[in-house]
Amino acid sequence: MQLDLSSDQEFFRETTARFLEDLVPVATVRALIDDPQGFDDDYWRRGAELGWTSLLVDEAHGGGSISGDGLADLTVIAHEFGAHAAPGPLLPTNLVAGALSAVSGDGHADVIAGLLDGSGVATWAYAERRPHDHLGEVTLTIRPDGDDLVLDGVKRPVESGGRADHLLVTGRTGDGLTQVLVPVGTAGLTVRPLSGVDLTRRFSEVTFDSVRVPRSALVGELGGAADQVELQLQQAVVIGTSESVGAMQAGFDITLEWVFDRYSFGRPLASYQAIKHRMAEMKVWLEAGHGLSDLATAAVSARSPEAAVVVSAAKAYVGDNGAELLQECVQLHGGIGVTFEHDMHLFLRRQAVNRMLYGTPTEHRVRITSIMSSQEVAA
Amino acid sequence: MSTDTVEDLDAFRRRAREFVRGNLEVLLPGARASLLRNDKTDEEELEDVARDRALQRQLYDAGLAGICVPREYGGQGLTPEHQKVLNEEISGYQYPQRFQAPTFAPCLAVLLDFGTEEQKLAHIPAMLKGEELWMQFLSEPSGGSDVAGALTTAVRDGDEWILNGSKVWTTGAWWSDWGLCLARTDWDLPKHRGLSVFIFPIHQPGIEVQRIALLNGFKDFCQEFLTDLRVPDTDRIGEINDGWTVGTRWMFHERMLHHSPLVTMPPDDAHSGGGADALLRVARAAGRLDDPTIADKVGEGYVLQWAGEALQHRIQTGMATGTMSDQAAAVGRLFGGVATARTATLKFDISGAGGVAWADDDGELVVPGDDYLMRQISSIGGGTTEMARNVVSERVLGMPRELSGDKGVPFRDVPRGPS
Repeated sequence: MQLDLSSDQEFFRETTARFLEDLVPVATVRALIDDPQGFDDDYWRRGAELGWTSLLVDEAHGGGSISGDGLADLTVIAHEFGAHAAPGPLLPTNLVAGALSAVSGDGHADVIAGLLDGSGVATWAYAERRPHDHLGEVTLTIRPDGDDLVLDGVKRPVESGGRADHLLVTGRTGDGLTQVLVPVGTAGLTVRPLSGVDLTRRFSEVTFDSVRVPRSALVGELGGAADQVELQLQQAVVIGTSESVGAMQAGFDITLEWVFDRYSFGRPLASYQAIKHRMAEMKVWLEAGHGLSDLATAAVSARSPEAAVVVSAAKAYVGDNGAELLQECVQLHGGIGVTFEHDMHLFLRRQAVNRMLYGTPTEHRVRITSIMSSQEVAA
Repeated sequence: MSTDTVEDLDAFRRRAREFVRGNLEVLLPGARASLLRNDKTDEEELEDVARDRALQRQLYDAGLAGICVPREYGGQGLTPEHQKVLNEEISGYQYPQRFQAPTFAPCLAVLLDFGTEEQKLAHIPAMLKGEELWMQFLSEPSGGSDVAGALTTAVRDGDEWILNGSKVWTTGAWWSDWGLCLARTDWDLPKHRGLSVFIFPIHQPGIEVQRIALLNGFKDFCQEFLTDLRVPDTDRIGEINDGWTVGTRWMFHERMLHHSPLVTMPPDDAHSGGGADALLRVARAAGRLDDPTIADKVGEGYVLQWAGEALQHRIQTGMATGTMSDQAAAVGRLFGGVATARTATLKFDISGAGGVAWADDDGELVVPGDDYLMRQISSIGGGTTEMARNVVSERVLGMPRELSGDKGVPFRDVPRGPS
């Protein structure tokens, strides 16, 4: 998270942090493990009232940011979500709200309004089932048929697929990408819940079997959505990465306190150089993670030509080093670190999920090389 | 341009661009990949030194030397933003690399912080004109990271000091002009309280310079032996026995190197290990760019490069906003040491067998092997990464200090190994 937040952003951050501490303390988060939805509708509606879902939406559509850079504001909230292992469809709802606001003109205004006031939930159906689960691979077809569009394919994992009222579906029309907004009740659409590692974040597999929607469901141009899809991917990565850095920060802070309080052989763990040096290394990963996450956010907001590479660098670094940091936090706690009773797993889970979604660290490193080598050849 | 209005950044950029494009040679890709290579004869090295002096003089004459140095000392009296603009404009062109470290940072920076008016006037303009290359007489054979444990001794003799001892790891002392030296002036005080700082010309009776061959054949590092070297008291920097106050700032400036507003260096040169572009070139030279396992490694190099950049930006912001102390520079130092070594390993791995046995015309495959053998230098030079881990854990995170045998006792009673 930025070290130079404006006072308005800092107020926004603090309000959200206090709200999360009051409404979803860790005891509440633990209790949600058996809740099929993973969050409470009233909690989400009240969060939306704080502005959680308005940040990527134009003022003309009823949205608005705190600082003029809505994505930066959203990463502040995402950081707090990570630091509190908070429940709720923050990433998918904002992505869809932003996409609808950016490319649908006056269409879908009612859906946007529902996302803004927290009564509605929407999600992005992007990734696909293996063997089509590589970063960027899209095989679901969106085929024009008279006045309708027909969808065939399988998407997974789809976050909050079991709760969402609308799905923003990315599919293929010939050589181009197309996006449509599909209400969940549409015939031919089935949602199957998946099991997963996060306590509160639920994922589904969504099957589209000749799902028929009118052309008014289009979000952007038929076959012309590639740039918007790339933007959504970049936004998804920076939101997820900011959340992971929040989880890293929480795990690090808990562990730093622990090594001072825990005594062994008559001295605090913090006095052992072996442990000091590991904390120093973790501090480097933590600060570099903060820095990369912020740099990537700024690059996406500025639509910088370097954005794709910086975003992938942030995803790969925070994915791998965040995982190492949180597993080191477990290790430094010893046996208590692998119990359900200790809070560390809440943060470990959150980072682990974000690490794998929207491209693995390896996929993003390969993506960087692909981009850089094509630029070098072009130059 | 008047002295009381600061030159507009856009005008400065135009001026810098015009000079750079009109006067400096374009660098070939990879030409700046590593300083520590055994790829030059002594004659070639001396030619390069002479060219750096001439380049520095050109910059001085063009009003592009000492951007953040006050005008009374021959600088431009401009801002770090101007320096950043110059760094951007000079990217891809030749520049006087040997002057940046340690002449401008930390030596010039230390003179600015602690020098007398006479000392500043005598040396800072000469540095900026390319006339004086400076070296740090800091490390000693008895201990690298523990610089405050200096054994080199200065004894007062009237208006002079007599120095005896040995310094080591001075890069290019054999072709440099002046030294900035930390010496012990009182053995009866505790370690940090009996030190003073001196300056002197390197090539004079009383100083013998020996060159050290590194494992790759590189011979620019030197060791100096000071024998009854006489230094006038007017060439003392800072107060007597207050040398550690100077030394603390000295080491801060050293750690800031790439990010010091006194240093001219293209942003891509500040990247670790010659930058990730070198990995891409090696992968292409090795014909392995289509191998996803190789693409993974090239990508890792770029991840580290961006992480380093993001981290430095964060640390600078942290220091500027007061949310981080100066000690946070050690976070960047630790990252840089580890990332540079990792990048050298990545490059070596990408080169495959071509990295250990090559023909002279193998292009990018010629260097990865030697760079790999030398990779730990990034975690040793300028203070080891172990020291950085101590600083981060103790000074940044507030964890308990290590036990030491040198606190609160006269330095002469501090235990030492056999010498």
